Formats: sequence, structure tokens, C-alpha cells
Amino acid sequence: MTSKNEKDRLIIEAIDSAIDHFGDSREELIPILNHVNRKLGYLPSEALEEISNRLKSSRSQLFSVASFYHMLSTKPRGKHVIQFCESAPCHIVGGREVWQALKEAVNLEENETSPDGKWSLITTSCLGLCGVGPVIVIDDDAYGNVTPEQIKDILAKYSD
Amino acid sequence: MKSVRSMVLVSSDPISMERGAEQVYANLKTEIETLGLSDEISLTMIGDVGRHDALPFVIIYPEATIYGPVKPENAQHLVEEHLYKGRVVHELQASHKELTGKIAWVNARKGTLPAEQRIVLQRVGIIDPENIEEYIINDGYQALGKVLSEMSPRDVIEEVKASGLRGRGGAGFPTGLKWGFVSGTPAKKKYVICNGDESEPGTFKDRLILEGDPHSIIEAMSIAAYAVGANEGFIYIRGEYMLAQERLKKAIKQAYEYGILGEKIFGSDFNFDIHVHSGAGAYICGEETALIESIEGKRGEPRARPPYPTTHGLWGKPTLVNNVETLANIPAILRNGGKWYRNFGTRSSPGTKVYTILGNVNVTGLIEVPMGITLREVIAIYAKGMKRDVSFKVAQTGGSSGSIIPASLQDTPMDFDSFQNAGVSLGSGALLICDENTCVLDLAKVLQNFFKKESCGKCNPCRIGNERAYQILENISQGTGTMQDLDDLAMISKNLFELSNCGLGQTAGSPIRDILNHYRAEVEAHIRLKVCPSGVCPMSGKRL
Repeated sequence: MTSKNEKDRLIIEAIDSAIDHFGDSREELIPILNHVNRKLGYLPSEALEEISNRLKSSRSQLFSVASFYHMLSTKPRGKHVIQFCESAPCHIVGGREVWQALKEAVNLEENETSPDGKWSLITTSCLGLCGVGPVIVIDDDAYGNVTPEQIKDILAKYSD
Repeated sequence: MKSVRSMVLVSSDPISMERGAEQVYANLKTEIETLGLSDEISLTMIGDVGRHDALPFVIIYPEATIYGPVKPENAQHLVEEHLYKGRVVHELQASHKELTGKIAWVNARKGTLPAEQRIVLQRVGIIDPENIEEYIINDGYQALGKVLSEMSPRDVIEEVKASGLRGRGGAGFPTGLKWGFVSGTPAKKKYVICNGDESEPGTFKDRLILEGDPHSIIEAMSIAAYAVGANEGFIYIRGEYMLAQERLKKAIKQAYEYGILGEKIFGSDFNFDIHVHSGAGAYICGEETALIESIEGKRGEPRARPPYPTTHGLWGKPTLVNNVETLANIPAILRNGGKWYRNFGTRSSPGTKVYTILGNVNVTGLIEVPMGITLREVIAIYAKGMKRDVSFKVAQTGGSSGSIIPASLQDTPMDFDSFQNAGVSLGSGALLICDENTCVLDLAKVLQNFFKKESCGKCNPCRIGNERAYQILENISQGTGTMQDLDDLAMISKNLFELSNCGLGQTAGSPIRDILNHYRAEVEAHIRLKVCPSGVCPMSGKRL
């Protein structure tokens, strides 16, 4: 378990590097949130509070932006995030069966995180990889032409 | 087989032979040897290529450039320019008219596939996208140079109007007209935005343009900025497209180093800066006013229109927003003229269109073909037919806001007006081709689920309508639908179209409208017989 101080330090570090990179103007809010979200895995409320101080804009405004975009999360996510594309091009070439296999393999329903914090299973709209559907993305790795039989082998790569 | 950089094919059917194809071949061989290129280029005599007006042909791959008729005395020029310097010899290219419509179909039946017509994708896959010099060698920044040294902003807009180019984002609005609106507003500060928030399911053409030819977008935006009087531009790229963002950033840096961006470009009085802005995962940000809100750092909720962005856009200033594919046409139009552009496509929709082919077909991927080609041609020629010998049932164009196209419309030319007259829409250029094992109700459910999740929630018809429509479709698929549900769906579809604030809501009703128009019997079977004719729907008998 990371201690409170350790967590605070990580948050400050992530925000510092974001503001170094993008500056502290209100217009750069989305790139800053994106950056912090990538560093920390999600946007803890302490981080939103700190960003609101630095950018001199209200927390409600920040929260409204942070909760709007799919790539930003205000809740903690698992160590590995599995994104399953549920749009039509993947659906009609076998996506349905892959989704069933995926849910069974990690024992989760849509938008759930496993109790041990290893997996989050989320559905997403088209990722622009439709030429090789069905597509799943785990963290930053994309897998195309996925079949239900392959799911076990793919997940086994994330053994840590 | 040893690997070569280019493959040169010379036609050798009887007509070509009579017109000196053998001498063309011999001269090409000599020239290639003289320049010491024999190791990197293969030269082959091939048979009949199926077109008889411009023989003999010389076809050069991987670009698939078709030259014809080629005379023996052209060989030296062709080898020097195309194979040695890497420049296409436009005056020797075969005319394009054969590549459209029925003749393409005839050629396909003879087993000779026509090449695609590539304008937007002309360099994609051929040049190194991270090297500005390769772009410059392939006609790059020529159009910008011509515009800044020889043309007034008004000339540029007239040329774009003359080309008849229409927006490729889905709506098909005439591009020249839009430029004229922005140019006509008397503001000091204006912006140009390239909309690269491509999120329509099944569409990835913009990603390939941004990744494969990033400088073409920089050149096009600079031309647009000069024409409308802007000096700052934004490229908004969806957050998931990391590689495209990196490529653009790199390309912009190179352009600054070469003096193509920045101040006093090419020695003129024109200054222009471009920024890359990343999205954060929201389909709605492809809508131009939502995109503007997002660049301003807010929730991507569409604004009420009017006023339009052409007068009140980014930070309240007049703003030109164009789609990636639309912009990628611009350099070629300025280089060759608006009249040249009208050689391709149909009268009302000139030019080419990039399509993504998906679904139950043998070959999926990206093609660029003239406007007006038919779905039958796409399936037979480019997709190489349906998979596993099952028949074609339904196609879905333009991602989720496109239309469901029944097989009966597969001979309708695909251009903006022909499709509109047939009551369907071309959308953003995805062609999702489904076979007879697809249940249209299940397909509509997936599309409706997309809108339900991607609605920004700002206006009621869209937020509530999509949720309700999805529930009804779900009930029908569970075998618990009623005939009243069909009337409710029709009403929701109508309300979405008439009452929603933005384009997302206005098109969200089209899947249900289309299945009720074209596949009512199949939908009714789910309700009256409690049977899914394709055996896809669960039919659990549980009403939600």
C-alpha cells in the first residue's frame, strides 16, 4: 500500500511535469488532465484540487471536464485496463463471441475492476482499427483479428 | 524472388505490340541500365490489361501509376523522371475516365483490376512521412509556393469553388463556399482548424492520411489560412491516435526549420503557426462547435447555431473548420487547377472518396476511388467478393451516422446527391458490408448503443431518445416486443431528427428509420413470431 505522503508526492510530481510541459493557462486544461491521468492511471480528487489551485479555476469546472471525456477517469482503475471495441464493424465479424470469452476469462462485467486491482474491463467505441476487427486494447497494446480461443494467451502476457 | 524498389510492367497485347510496345520495353531496359538502376527495378512484359484506348501502357508499382499511350521516344524521360528522380510524369498518364462506373466493372469481370485513383492518398505508403524532403520531392509544398507567389486570396477561393470540392466529413458542404464565408468576415484575428477527431465507427481514413502524409495537411492548412486571412491554426487529433499526433508534431517542427511555417513564408508577407491539440476520447468532439469548445479547454458540448463558426468560432473569432480528407485534396487542386479536379467523380460530387471496406468480405482495407462508383463494384472489385460464398444482405455507410443500405441499392452511384435522392447517406466513408447471417435488428441495436453512450447529454431529445430507442430494440431482440414498439421507434426517430441540437442527435434516428423502411418484415418476425430469422438475437423472453 502506498502511504498518504507517497501518494501526495506522486500527484505533485505528475502535476509539476504537466505544467512544465503545457504551462498553467486554463486553455491547456485537457492536455494537463490527460498527462496526469496517464501518469497516475486516474484523476484522484486531490489531484483535481491541486490543478484547480494552479490553474485558478473552480473545482466544479475541472470536474465537469474530467468526467466528460472517456480517456479521463475520476475513479481508480485496475493495473491493466482492457478496452473492448463494441462498435458495429467489430461486432459483426465475431465481436460478440470475443466479448463473452473476455468477460468469462477475467470474471468481470462491463466497467468493473477486479477486487485484486489487476484488471479493469471497459467497453469503448470505435478505436479506428476496424480493418482487423474484432479489436481489444490492453493498456497501450492493440490486438486485432482476435478470436475467443486467443483470449487466454493474450491475458497471460500480463502476468505481473 | 529478389526484392525491388519499383516494378515496371509493359502491356503486350496485340494492339500494344502493333504500336511498338517491344521497342518501348527495349528502350526502358537500356535507360534503366544506363542509370545503374537494374538491381532495384524489375521490368516485365505483361499481357492484356483490358483497356484499349491508350495502349501501350506502362504501369509502375507500387504507386500503380498508369502511363499510356507510351511511345518508344518517351522511355528516357519516363525513366529519368519517375524512376530516378521520383516524380510522376503527369503529361504521359493515361486518362482517368475508364476508371469509373461500368467500365471498371467490365474490367473486373475480365480479371483485370483497375488501379485506384489516388489524389488524397497519393503519397501514403510511398514516402517516409517523417522526412520533409521526401514530401517535397513528390510535388510537396509546390501548391503553397504557387499560391503565395502568384495568387491572391480571392483567386485561391475561386479555384477551390471551381473544383466543386465538397466536405468529406459527412455533410458534403461545398468547401469553396465555406472558405468564402470566413474570408468575407472583416475580423483581424481568424483561425483555421483541421478536424482530425475521426471517431465514426469503421472510419480510419483520416488516421492513415495523418500518419502517412502529415505534410499535406500542413500545406493545405497554410493555403486555407492564406485564402481566408488567418494566421493561426489548430490540428485537433483524437486522443487515441498517438502516432498521428507524433507524426504531425514532427512534421510541424520540420516545416518551421525549412521556413514553411512561421513568419514571412517563402518571402511573402504571410505568417502562419500551427498547434496540435489532442482530444481525450469523445465522439461528439467531431462536431465542429463541440471541437471548438474542447480546444478552449471545456466539455465538448455543441453550441447552438447560428451563429456559425465561420463568424463566431474559436474564442469568438471567425474560424474555418475542415476535415482531414477535405484538406488533403487542396494541394492537388491548387497545383493542377479546379478544372482538372472535375475530371474525376460525378458532376455534382467531383473528385475521389476514400472508403474503408469492412465486414464479411475477403479483403478489408482502405481504397480511394472516384465518386460515383457503386457498392456492387466495391464488393466485386476491391473487396474481392463476399466471404464464404454467402450473399450480400446489407451495408452500413459512414459509421454510425451513415445509413443502412439494403442490397437493392447496390447499383446506386455513391455520390452525395444520388445517395440523398435514394434517401440514404454517404456519411464519412466507411463501408461495413454484412452478409445474410447478419440480423438487422441486432445491427441497429449496436448502432443505437453507440449513440446512447456517445450522446453528450446536453439536449433532451438525444439523451432520452437514444436511451429509450435502445431499450425498445433490446426488448424486441429478447422476444418481448409489441407492435406498439414499432410506432414508438418511428416517433423517436422523427423526434431525434427534428428536435436535436446537433448533427449527432439528428442522425441518431437513422438506423431505426432505415430498418423500418427496408426490413420491416424481419423486425415484425421478431415481434409476431418471436423468432430471429438470422438466429442472432437471444430471445430470452425477459422484458426490460
